Amino acid sequence: MTGPLIELTDVEKTFVVRRRAGRLRRVRTEVPAVAGISFSVPAGAMVGYIGPNGAGKSTTIKMLTGILVPSGGALRVAGVDPQRRRVELARRIGVVFGQRTQLWWDLPLRDSFELLRHIYRVPADRHRANVNAFVELLDLGALLDTPVRQLSLGQRMRGDLTAALLHDPEIVFLDEPTIGLDIVSKVAVRDFLAEINRERGTTVLLTTHDLADIERLCPRILIIDHGRVIYDGLVDAVKERLGGERTLVVDLEEEAAPLDIAGARVFRVEGRRQWLRFDRDETTAARLVAEVAAQAALVDLAVEEPDIEEVVRRIYVEGM
Amino acid sequence: MAELAAIYVRLVGARIRGDLQYRTSFVLFITSQFLVAFLDFLAIAIIFSHVPRLAGWSLAEVMFLYGATNVSFNLADVFISPVETLPGRVRMGTFDALLTRPLGPLFQLATEEFALRRVGKLIQGVVILVLAITRLHVEWTAARVGLTAVMLIAGAVIFSAIWIATAALNIFTVETTQFGNAFTYGGNFLSQYPIDVYGVWLRRVFAYLLPIAFVNYFPALYILGRESSLGVLALRFASPFVALATALVAAAIWRFAIRHYRSTGS
Repeated sequence: MTGPLIELTDVEKTFVVRRRAGRLRRVRTEVPAVAGISFSVPAGAMVGYIGPNGAGKSTTIKMLTGILVPSGGALRVAGVDPQRRRVELARRIGVVFGQRTQLWWDLPLRDSFELLRHIYRVPADRHRANVNAFVELLDLGALLDTPVRQLSLGQRMRGDLTAALLHDPEIVFLDEPTIGLDIVSKVAVRDFLAEINRERGTTVLLTTHDLADIERLCPRILIIDHGRVIYDGLVDAVKERLGGERTLVVDLEEEAAPLDIAGARVFRVEGRRQWLRFDRDETTAARLVAEVAAQAALVDLAVEEPDIEEVVRRIYVEGM
Repeated sequence: MAELAAIYVRLVGARIRGDLQYRTSFVLFITSQFLVAFLDFLAIAIIFSHVPRLAGWSLAEVMFLYGATNVSFNLADVFISPVETLPGRVRMGTFDALLTRPLGPLFQLATEEFALRRVGKLIQGVVILVLAITRLHVEWTAARVGLTAVMLIAGAVIFSAIWIATAALNIFTVETTQFGNAFTYGGNFLSQYPIDVYGVWLRRVFAYLLPIAFVNYFPALYILGRESSLGVLALRFASPFVALATALVAAAIWRFAIRHYRSTGS
């Protein structure tokens, strides 16, 4: 393998939006969805592509898969221009859109897999081996004869993952593969992707809102916001910088002044509820709870992990 | 090519199997399609129960035109009209998935949205056309047989091209479905009668502006050995060229649309 498998240089995508202004006049505005993104991914890597809603994640994935044509910049996936050689590239990549299934709605899973075998022209023995392997990994055996419309979201996602990987793609793009799934299904999806990457060397690029996906799967992350890459590096560095921070939310019996507790800082008060930020490495939630309880009557509490929006906001404000 | 045909059969088969999961509604639809199709022809039968000829055309001749346009239209309806579902897919965001597979999006739409029920109207067209041919007093030379086949295919191509171009324009969220229907369904309806029954201006519009007269009227002039009320006999053989031209225009529009497809959010 020479050079990176995915390479973007100053890629831009601008959408033209026409808005009505007055009775007949329409105003043409250009909205940049992706405003000059450059990065590359070597073969065999697993990269998390994260950022808030509307940051340009899906638009990037759609350009990489040949669905959308970039407005500017250069783009190469597996050595080719995705949009120009879309059909050729389709044989070499797998795509999963978390919110929409690619399976045949009214047919059993088994039939969808069989149709894909013909669409991708996979040799019969290779297909059988792949189906058997994926069915085992994703525990789909009991579901093979169920029509897709009767599957739960988690079951369907497992079906979609199988469908996207049956033709042995070199790269798999996943847009929010865990969105809306229950914990068990999320774990199944993560384990499966880790296994595929390890055993088959499949390159994985995934977008997600769930930091747990990233922690489990992606040593390297790309954070984008407003169509630009604001961070490209190891997830550990981000975690070190921000991931240690937790928020303790406490509901007190009565309204009180902001609590004064060592190792934590109240950053928000709303009636009887207070939010305390603390560093996991300096103190523990248990110790904090004990101290809060010593100062005020405690009704309820919760510990929150920083979410993607929070991480992005803080990288933006404070820098990396 | 053979491989593509095999995939076509497989995908259409899958679609039919899916449809058959809702057996009752499928049977009801097929039945109603047959009923509607034969009631449709009743209108022409009623006209000829009052007059022996329509603008100089006999019942058998009008049946020939009617059968021909219905065969062409319904071939296009069965095999190509599924592209109509494109704007809906674009809006739902399910069109993206088609672009990630190693097949053309048109091919996939035509198979995934294939509807067996449309075959009912095609059968009606074939039945009327065959009935017309048995009742016509025409000497079936090789040229006439050949031109009949060319006419049916060219007509199907013309209707298909209009469907494809309309669906493609819909990608730009311009609502053109009804505009396109005016040409497809409207063209099918208007060409069920000899265009001689229409006023001279309307006739010229059908002949020179819209390609409708090339679906059946012009080739039928030769096949049935008739004179044209427009007097341009060279056009009797122009149908395949008109079909090729509309197909090229439709293909260009389609390619342009796919290239400028914008997808939906997330």
